[in-house]
Amino acid sequence: MSVYLLRRLIQAALVMLAMSVIVFIGVYAIGDPVEILISPDADQAERARAIAALGLDKPLWEQYLSFLGNALRGDLGRSFVFNEPALKLIGQRAPATLELAFAAMILAILIGLPLGLYAGLRPDGFGAKAIMAGSILGFSLPTFWVGLMLIMVFAVQLGWLPSTGRGETVDILGLRWSFLTADGLAHMAMPALNLALFKISLVIRLTRAGVRETMLMDFVKFARAKGLAPSRIIGVHVFKNILIPVVTVTGLELGSTIAFSVVTESVFAWPGMGKLIIDSINVLDRPVIVAYLMSIVLMFIVINLVVDLLYSVLDPRVRLESK
Amino acid sequence: MKKLVSAAATAAFSALIGAGALPAGAQTLNLAVGAPVTSLDPHYHALSPNYAVADMLFDSLTAFDARARVQPRLAESWKPVGENVWEFKLRPNVTFHNGNAFTAEDVAFTIARVPTVPNSPSSYGIYTRAIQRVEVVDPLTVRFHTNGAYPLLPVDLGQIQMLDSETHANPLTEEFNSGKLAIGTGPFRMVSYRSGDRIEYVRNDAYFGDKPHWQRVNYRMITNDAARTAALLSGDVDFIDQVPTSDITKLRGDQRVQLSEADGLRLIFLALDHAHEGNSPLITDNDGKPLGHNPLRDVRVRRALSMAIDRQAITDRVMEGASLPSAQLLPPTAFGALPDRQAGRPDPEGARRLLAAAGYPQGFRIQLNGPNDRYMNDARIIQAIGQMWTRIGVRTAVEGQPWATFVGRAGRQELSAMLVGWGTSSGEPTSPLRSLLATVTPARGWGGSNRGRYSNPAMDAKLDEGLRTLDDAKREALLREATTIAMDDVGIIPIHIQKNIWAMRRGLQHEARADELTRAQDIRPAP
Amino acid sequence: MSVTTATPTPDKAPRVETPLQRFISEFAESKLALGALIVFLCIVLIALFAPLIAPQNPYDLAQLDIMDGRLEPGSRNGDDTMTFWLGTDDQGRDMLSGIMYGLRISLMVGAGSAIVAAVVGASLGMLAAYAGGKTDTVIMRLVDLQLSFPTILSALMILAFLGKGIMNVVIALIVVEWAYYARTVRGTALVERRREYIEAAQCLALPTRRIIFRHLLPNCMPPLIVVATIQIARAIALEATLSFLGLGVPITEPSLGLLIANGYEYMLSGKYWISFYPGIALLVTIVSINLVGDHLRDVLNPRLKK
Repeated sequence: MSVYLLRRLIQAALVMLAMSVIVFIGVYAIGDPVEILISPDADQAERARAIAALGLDKPLWEQYLSFLGNALRGDLGRSFVFNEPALKLIGQRAPATLELAFAAMILAILIGLPLGLYAGLRPDGFGAKAIMAGSILGFSLPTFWVGLMLIMVFAVQLGWLPSTGRGETVDILGLRWSFLTADGLAHMAMPALNLALFKISLVIRLTRAGVRETMLMDFVKFARAKGLAPSRIIGVHVFKNILIPVVTVTGLELGSTIAFSVVTESVFAWPGMGKLIIDSINVLDRPVIVAYLMSIVLMFIVINLVVDLLYSVLDPRVRLESK
Repeated sequence: MKKLVSAAATAAFSALIGAGALPAGAQTLNLAVGAPVTSLDPHYHALSPNYAVADMLFDSLTAFDARARVQPRLAESWKPVGENVWEFKLRPNVTFHNGNAFTAEDVAFTIARVPTVPNSPSSYGIYTRAIQRVEVVDPLTVRFHTNGAYPLLPVDLGQIQMLDSETHANPLTEEFNSGKLAIGTGPFRMVSYRSGDRIEYVRNDAYFGDKPHWQRVNYRMITNDAARTAALLSGDVDFIDQVPTSDITKLRGDQRVQLSEADGLRLIFLALDHAHEGNSPLITDNDGKPLGHNPLRDVRVRRALSMAIDRQAITDRVMEGASLPSAQLLPPTAFGALPDRQAGRPDPEGARRLLAAAGYPQGFRIQLNGPNDRYMNDARIIQAIGQMWTRIGVRTAVEGQPWATFVGRAGRQELSAMLVGWGTSSGEPTSPLRSLLATVTPARGWGGSNRGRYSNPAMDAKLDEGLRTLDDAKREALLREATTIAMDDVGIIPIHIQKNIWAMRRGLQHEARADELTRAQDIRPAP
Repeated sequence: MSVTTATPTPDKAPRVETPLQRFISEFAESKLALGALIVFLCIVLIALFAPLIAPQNPYDLAQLDIMDGRLEPGSRNGDDTMTFWLGTDDQGRDMLSGIMYGLRISLMVGAGSAIVAAVVGASLGMLAAYAGGKTDTVIMRLVDLQLSFPTILSALMILAFLGKGIMNVVIALIVVEWAYYARTVRGTALVERRREYIEAAQCLALPTRRIIFRHLLPNCMPPLIVVATIQIARAIALEATLSFLGLGVPITEPSLGLLIANGYEYMLSGKYWISFYPGIALLVTIVSINLVGDHLRDVLNPRLKK
């Protein structure tokens, strides 16, 4: 087991290394950050100075090696744009994204699970069909469009919710969180719903499919034959069985929600990591892009590792091998 | 009786709360800007959103008024006292937010700091480069010794915010962002800054100039256009900048809001490939074969392409009125602009004749490039021009891409025709002439953004002379001649000059600025 | 119900249906799915024949006039030669024609990228599951790498390397999506390869390729088909998002997504039609694909047989 974990850790390091190489070359291919950041009034001498100041005058491999050297000492570089350590910037923005992603996942489960259960238990009823049709909408509507519609209806027309931003925050451990204030929660409602829409549909579908399969299984028939109350059959036996795929998939989705809530964050002016990464990509702020992606790789690798471990626990036929 | 008492108490209580809360509420301004601020260090990153924010916290010696004319700020007066020397008299009794006095030593300190800010991606050093030496004559007099005669010094110094030599010894950019060193002489003090989200200010009651109305200011950044408009309409913010043209009509008709607008200084134009003598990268004949030569080097072709463009239609239909059709670099009223040069009516017939005379009776194929995330309606404008060029037989393919990828290709001369913009913050034509049209000469800092590699020695000569002339009237005449030469030669094709549009809730008034800056001190309640 | 019982002739008693026939008759059981299939086929036909039936070629700049821009549905054009039944966008593009042509692009991008990504992803996923060991490790770490890459950054890089164009959007989507398939298929295949029939095939010393393609693959098909239908829809929506971010198809050849993204800016000003009608077209397309896909899963899932 520990050999297996060690192996995975080494692999993770390799993936992060590969990621940093790709980003270095990729950003280099996209364009020159100085061209984007520099004032139009600047002349050639100023350009040369800026290129040297950002260390972009050296050959790419040399830039990469010095990056690697610093990275080993825990320094992933300073943002070209903000002149602050890239990891610090990411850390500042992380709470906003984390709380939004968790809120979205909680919404997805709170809304998706009961609806999916209902649709799975009465698959031919009108309600179930309506739920399934609704879940297709959740898959199909482009996020940016839904976001604007939410703002139009709830902020502009009805005036119930604030349109954008993060609202009041509370400092805990030096980081700002908005889920502890009423104002913060009001600000979070629409972006969380916007982000959750896709996940709600996903949870509905997974739950429904799981319920339909499980209800036909022998142990449910036995439980029925034994005269167990339907509420107990569903609440305990069926539920336990469908929870496994739902938890697995939502776990994986949580990762991608944290990593790429770009569109929602920019529509709702939510100052999280997604906003940071899209802004950084737009101005080719390479240190931030690299640091961000390496953190994301790490997160995904951890999540995938946990999922693989879970698989091996849940299904003994899948073995963790280190042959 | 009891009821009455409690009602009275409630009334008194609410009056109390009202009395306490109302002035604070009424004196808080929530505004949202479209362009993110990247740093509160006023010398770190030369970018106009940063400049606008710095202009609320700090002051420069000279400053631009709403019409982009140079005015006194920390300096009371200035005059050349020799061929290469400018003397500035400073305003007395000015203090920084921490109580330190502002003196000539601070000027010398600031000028020395500007070019040395570490890691700066775009330094304000370009505005201090002409200064060879700063001489402190007395606490309120300072002399700048320049490299050769330099008439533009008062203009350039408008970009440099003054720091305190005691407070700001060896400052780090982070210390400005954290608020520790965001200490200037300006009309507001900084309370907090959250990168990518908002900056909070309070009024500086000791300010030497006009006191701003607002006790507190929330300066938010909402980069998504639709979200910014929605924030105004829902009452979350009182004021927004960069109103998208698609919302102008709607906002004009809305009882709750009003607009303010000013003719801007940002020219939108097409740069053309003069660099390639052989094939231009994205031009072919009608069958897609290379032409073997570059038609854009023929002035008749350039003129035909310009004549084909219906600038009024672009202003009316694409920009919804938020631009001035232009045939030159600046609005006709600006210093050094050509007062009588108007954008003419489009002339597709004349354009076809010119093309035929140049040897292209059947036209040719060209690709028109542009950014799709940089200027107002950039991708829409190039499509409209594509329609107009196609009608005169120049079959045009249009490609819009993000600035990040576009600007690299443009800088490597990989494009044939491209839409670009130029904001002349100084309000006079040397900046566009020197950067966009002068022959590329790195040693002199000329042609820094001349992406089409246009070159005309006659124009260069006039510009060179103008840059060395201290007399305003003579300099203006020379710059007009230079502009006329470049425009007659169609070195670039001007399209229009943007109007700057802000929107606010009714009951506010705003002094709209030509230079696009959004500052809280320009906003007041309507009388 | 009635469909299946009515078709077989009673006298030629217990004739066994071929799997395909059974599949078709089971599929036709759901009227909703059948309806969706018909709608989807109509959409495909409209997309295929758009150049013949559209009133205007919306990709030909010479046929557009900005003076006709943003006209309401039912307006006539400036020369009074045609009617814009669904209005025009900011460039004077007829929305009806734009939607017909846009469908072509959206379907091409969606189906093209989903199919290629499915083939690539499924092959790699299967290989990873079957071969195990180093191969598995390398492929799955590649998947990790790909999944942690923001779509936007991939798209920007591809744009920078290859330039803008519809094919390049397809390539970008393939690069983004193959990893999902690889992960799904590997999960299924890991379970399947432990089953008895694979062990039997291995005991018979059948060549690896044969085991993978003839035995393992068919048993991994049901989840793959379902993922593919959802991914087609997802690819179309993703392309819309890329267009919204300015990274999608060329601006003069708008897909449905780009039409919506263009019109999105006009939503606040009441010019709803620029975004609304392409939105409806996109919705109908995606919903019909998903309804078909949903029902396919139910039909193909042996564990749901009553």
